[in-house]
Amino acid sequence: MKIRVDPDRCQGHARCYALAPELFSVDDYGQSSVVGDGTVPAELEEKAHLAIANCPESAIEALAG
Amino acid sequence: MARVTAPVGDWSQDFEVLDAGYIEDPYPIWDDLRQSCPVAHTERRGRAWMLTRYADVVEAAHDIERFSSLEIGVINSDVQPEGYDEADAQYGLPPISADPPLHTWTRRLILPWFSHTRVAGYEKLTRDLCRRHIDGFLEAGHADAATDYAQQIPVRVVAQILGVPETLSDTFTGWVRDMLEFADDPERNLRGQEGFGSYLMAELERRKNDPGDDLMSELLATSHDGEPLDDRLVLGMAALVMIAGIDTTWSSIGSSLWHLATHPDHAARLVAEPGLMSSAVEEFLRAYSPVTMARLVTTDTEFGGSPMREGDKLLMNFPAANRDPEVFERADEVVLDRAINRHVAFGTGIHRCAGSNLARMELTVALEEWLARIPTFRLAEGAEVTWAGGQVRGPRVLPVVFP
Repeated sequence: MKIRVDPDRCQGHARCYALAPELFSVDDYGQSSVVGDGTVPAELEEKAHLAIANCPESAIEALAG
Repeated sequence: MARVTAPVGDWSQDFEVLDAGYIEDPYPIWDDLRQSCPVAHTERRGRAWMLTRYADVVEAAHDIERFSSLEIGVINSDVQPEGYDEADAQYGLPPISADPPLHTWTRRLILPWFSHTRVAGYEKLTRDLCRRHIDGFLEAGHADAATDYAQQIPVRVVAQILGVPETLSDTFTGWVRDMLEFADDPERNLRGQEGFGSYLMAELERRKNDPGDDLMSELLATSHDGEPLDDRLVLGMAALVMIAGIDTTWSSIGSSLWHLATHPDHAARLVAEPGLMSSAVEEFLRAYSPVTMARLVTTDTEFGGSPMREGDKLLMNFPAANRDPEVFERADEVVLDRAINRHVAFGTGIHRCAGSNLARMELTVALEEWLARIPTFRLAEGAEVTWAGGQVRGPRVLPVVFP
């Protein structure tokens, strides 16, 4: 599983960071981005799905593969 | 002192957000409106529309072309301090009262003050504040959870950010209530605007000669497009941090404590399973969202089948959206371990509450500290809980006992 944050949709709610700090980082302006290249280790897939489902801006997407 | 408003016969055509019964129990009215008239209308205090469905509220919040932030007050304030003129009006309380481009760059100036890292730095202060206030009433076995506790915490954290004395907390709270809660009372509203305005003005002047490490000092040292910021922008941003930073979060802490006082099983579960606190906080934010925001309709248009005119007001009822059964299962129930909770208590789109990290931290810490010392509590016998509503909904009197 691989994920990405759409920088135009993200408004800095930081729900992803709260739910899966291993997968996201947030800058001083609230902008979220994926850690590394966005590849999600198997043991964190559930957390990734939670982050996707809780983003109020629907800014996180799971990429195929 | 309950406010008296003309009775409402038809909520879809004549809604009244200051109706005492509505403020106390808005849920059945929202349910009806979502079903029968999701774009409700009123002509009270000018023409206004109110959205109660999640999808509509989200759409409107993202439609910044048709719905401007130049008017965000749910209740129009008809009074202005002496000396205030049209030229001042354009400054407002940026970024909340601004559209791009002013919104964009002023927001970037204040966001770092509420980043994760900065907010983590305020946690110890918040925890100490909570403990100190609980120390003050623990022995007595009873307290007003709204005025003795909830109201006391956020104002002091904001005072720290602004570099103003904590000893003036009650005065700040009074001014903010005058401006928000009593926006429809010309005398109180004017008192709040003038008191707060002249206080901040003096603080601003003082910082020009003697800057500190507070928000206003930093803004005074900032430039935009090669120019220092206009004093009115600095004042507006500082005022916003106080106005938006205290009433909202204290309302949220108060509503959450009201819920726990009336649902002892939930309090017991949070004490037994502290790991639930983060999802519980999101659920309290969803079920008791404090803030409704307004927008100014910029053009004659249609929304949800309703004809809107330029100059109308549009209320985005985030609290009602967050109880929309189309989006949330068991929407009217508080589910402490709700896993999927895409609530919009902090708004959505470019005006997402800039202080949301701070608010979440304060709410979490206030509940943790309360439950650590007062795990069992309930409403006092015969307690008359009172609620404020309009722009910000939350309990104002909340007598609880913990014998």
